[in-house]
Order: sequence, then C-alpha cells, then structure tokens
Amino acid sequence: MSSHPSYRAGLARIDDLRRQADALRRASLGSVERDDAAPGVVLRGAVKSYRTGGAVVHAVRGIDVSIAKGDTVALLGPNGAGKSTTIDMLLGLIAPDSGSVSLMGGPPKDAVAHGMVGAMLQAGALIRDVTPRELLKMMASLHPDPLEVADALELAGLTEVADRRTQKLSGGQAQRVRFALALVADPAVLILDEPTVGMDVEARRGFWASVRGFAARGKTVIFATHYLEEADAYADRVILMSNGRVVADGATSEIRARVGRRTIRATLPNIDLATLSVLPGVAAADRRGEEIILVCSDSDAAVRALLGAYPEARDIEIAGAGLEEAFVELTTYHEDTPAPTRRQEALV
Amino acid sequence: MRSLAYTRFELVRTFRNWRLLVFSLGFPLVLFFMIAAPNRDVHNFDGSGIALPLYYMVGLVSFGAMTSLISTGARIASERTDGWTRQLRITPLRSAAYFRAKVLTGYAMAGATIVLLYASGISIGVSLPAGRWLEMTGLILIALVPFAALGVLLGHLATADTIGPATGGLVSLLALVSGTWFPLGSHGIVHDLAQYLPSYWLVCASHISLGGPAWAGTGWAVVGSWAAVLAILARVAYRRDTKRV
Repeated sequence: MSSHPSYRAGLARIDDLRRQADALRRASLGSVERDDAAPGVVLRGAVKSYRTGGAVVHAVRGIDVSIAKGDTVALLGPNGAGKSTTIDMLLGLIAPDSGSVSLMGGPPKDAVAHGMVGAMLQAGALIRDVTPRELLKMMASLHPDPLEVADALELAGLTEVADRRTQKLSGGQAQRVRFALALVADPAVLILDEPTVGMDVEARRGFWASVRGFAARGKTVIFATHYLEEADAYADRVILMSNGRVVADGATSEIRARVGRRTIRATLPNIDLATLSVLPGVAAADRRGEEIILVCSDSDAAVRALLGAYPEARDIEIAGAGLEEAFVELTTYHEDTPAPTRRQEALV
Repeated sequence: MRSLAYTRFELVRTFRNWRLLVFSLGFPLVLFFMIAAPNRDVHNFDGSGIALPLYYMVGLVSFGAMTSLISTGARIASERTDGWTRQLRITPLRSAAYFRAKVLTGYAMAGATIVLLYASGISIGVSLPAGRWLEMTGLILIALVPFAALGVLLGHLATADTIGPATGGLVSLLALVSGTWFPLGSHGIVHDLAQYLPSYWLVCASHISLGGPAWAGTGWAVVGSWAAVLAILARVAYRRDTKRV
C-alpha cells in the first residue's frame, strides 16, 4: 500500500493536518459555538415532514448541529430517528421545510457541484454490467480533483475484484464499491449512511480502518449508524437522535455521564435500608442478601458518605451506566408525546 | 470531456446487457421474418401496389425505434430502484450531460434496430432508391425526438415494477392508432385524433418509402410541440426525483 506515491504524500501530510486539527480544536474549546473555528456543516432549526399514505411523518423536528471541518461525527439513533432524512438534507437531496442547511460554507448544492462531497447512500444494488474499475473511472472523471482510480480501489480493498462485473460481487464487496465511489472524488466531506450494514466483523474492521485513514487527511466524516459500538469506537463526537430530535450531543463518555446513574454495590449486612437511602447522593437503596445496592445520583458523594458512616463496608464496586443503557434511556420517546419529557428537557 | 465520459459509460453498459439486446433488437427481427419472409413475393399487398416486405419492414422500424427510445425509461426506473440516480445526484454531473447520455444511448439502440431491419429487408428483396432511404431515415430520426424525452420522463415517474406495463401498453396503443400495422384510412375520428400524435408522424416518415409525402407544416408543428413539452416535463421530473424509491 505504501508504494503508492499519493499514499505516501498523504502520510506525510497526516501529522501536519493532525497538528492543525488539534490547534483548531483547542482554539474552539473555549467557545460554545464550535463552528466559529471552521464551519464544515451547519444545520439550523432544520425541520422536515413528509406524507405517506395520508399520514404526516415528522421525520426531523428541528435540529441544530454544527460540525467543524476535520471532525468525525456519528449520527446515532434507532430506525426512524431521522438520521437518513438529516443526511438527505445535508446532501441537498431534499430541502428542509424550514430552517437552513449549509455545507462547507454554502448551500449543499454548491458543495456538490464543486465536487466537495462524497457519499455512501443506503441502496438496494449496484448498477449492473460494469466493473468496479470502470465505475470508478467514470466517477473520477466527473470530479475536479479525484484520487487515482487504482488508489481508490486499493483503499477500499477492491484490487482483486476490480475487473469483475458488479452483478458478480458479494454483498460486502458491493458495499466496498459504494465506499470507493464516495472516496474516489477525494471529497472534503465524506457522508456515510449506515455504511457497514451487510458487512461481517472483519470487513467492518477493514472498512473503518480505511475511513480513519481518510479522516486523518483532515477530512470531515459524518456517518449514520444504529450500532452503538461503531459510534463509540470511530467518532470524535456522537449526535444522538431520537424521533426527529437531537437528544444528546457530545463525546460518548459525556453521553454516558448524562444518564448519570451509577450504582454502588457493597457487602454490608444488618443495616437498615432506610438509613442508607438518605445518604447524600443516593437515590434508592436495595438489598440482595448481605449485599446492598445503592442507585446514585452522585456516586462520589455517596461513596464518601457510605464509608464515613459504615467503615466496615467491603467489596465495594461502582458501576457506570453502560452506553447501551444511556442509548435506550435517551432514545425511549413515545410517538404521541407532543413535547420532550422532563428528562429530555433537562438533558438537551 | 466529463459529459462524454458518462455517455460512453452508459453506452458500454447498455450494449453489454445481452438480454436487453436480444429482446429489443431480436424481437422486431423475428416478427419481420415471420411475417415478411413467407410473403417475400407479394409485390401488390392488398391491391395497393406496395410490396409486403417493405410495408412491414418500415412498420417494424417505427415500432422498434419507438420502443427502443421509450425503453430508456425502463433502464432509468431500475437505476432509481438501485439508488444509482441518487448517487449521481451528489456528483458534479450536470443535468444536460445526464440527458445527453440517456438520449444518445436510446438513439444508439434505435439506430441498431433500424439498421438491422433495413438489412433484413434488403436480404429478402426490399429495394429503394438511395434518396428515399436517406429522406425516410432522416425524418424518422427527427420524429423520434419526442420519444427520447418521453422515455426519460417515464423513467423518472414510474418505478421498476410499473414501467413495463406502462411502456408496453403505451407503445402498443400508439402503434395501433398511428397506422403502424394497417392503414388508418383517410378520415374518421381515429384518423383526426392520430394527427396530433407524434407516432402518427413517425409512421408518416417511414411511409415515405411507400411513396407517401414528406411532412407538411402540421407534422413539424406536432413533432416539435411534443418534443418541447416532453423535454420540459422530463427535466422537471428529473429535478424533482431526488427521494428514495
């Protein structure tokens, strides 16, 4: 792989760009609006509804998001959260009913016309009767400053099947062709809509390694997924969507923390539960045999108070809420609820 | 040239699809040989003074060429179903280049049908003066413009499973009421209405070979109007067609 000149040049630029990106990140840390530093993607009050069979579906109910250039961001949410609609608005494929969308400092259509956008869309099949190499060659010819076709094929792991007809490719290979189609434009923004659907574990790992290599060149990457682990492992920042709204936005560790509840388990026999539940930071107390379980709103305060009052407590374990629990808790939102619930109001 | 790269790509892709070639090029040929070969010596078809092979050759030319151009719609509908159209939308490909590729590919298929039918006709004794061949072919190619636009329009309106019945029914109906298979006569309501259809003038163009007249003003006006209206509608349909299918 390192034999390709463009790849080597890319590697040489990575450190440089990383330093720049870090500088930008540091500069923007103090400010609330990150896009002051470098507006890559901005959605302001974007709303989109559509009709299906007489019913109105409120796909996106007003989202405000801004993503700095060079960031890798996951749009995480269950099916029907509004991820794909958001992506379609980012790509200029649909216009918001109200609100605004800008991509690389202008309307999405301009960014697309200038070849700054590469996208991997959810799709049924690849078009037939062509080879991946021909497909990429044609795609490259449409863009002002594309990658070498051979490099794109290699980055997507398609060199061996480059001259096979698309209808003879496996599902995973077809998915990699879609990835290569997005890459070959060498776009400033790479948008991936549920890119690893249909890939096995190994293919996924290879795929994300390629995406990381691409992002490391200072590119903006936005991907939609309903796989928690992917968002956690590959994004700098996670935008959690549910029912057309952003319900949480930040690093995955922050999102975990937002759910807030940690539990303390300890062996502490013969203590009245009522005295435990009034300790600072404890929301509820329970007992399983000799073990007590404290559900905490502030586990730090609770553990201090527990040890202060009962130094004999032993086998102490403090567990954070898993990302999975955070995900379920933040995205459980009833269809007919008109306004955000109190919990979500507190969070947003 | 960017736009030509896409046109070339479309041509290669279309002419590699041998099933498509067998059905769209083979079908008119089979029909022609079934009807005309046993009657190759009928030189005075139904007392008209017209040779039967010539009559069915040009009938199948209008039918086959019209079908070829409308079939662009079937290819577009399946590309939309596969999500390819949306993928193209997020490239700098201009809509003019997209239309050029689709129209030229449709014309290439129509041209192949026409050439094969002419060759088949000649092989069983059809002969015409060189000027007639040229005049007829030139006018047929012009009469096909509305169908090129119609193919693109239908492709962006219908889906992969509705395009077949839509185009099949439409082509059969147009061919029937435009006098492709048998003469319409010179009056009556079908004749009067048919004159406002582009397919009528397509058939007229092919009947130059039978000694028919070239188009009068009406012909040019009807073909030109349909071409303009359908091209505008096709463009609107393409512009609006950005959603998932």
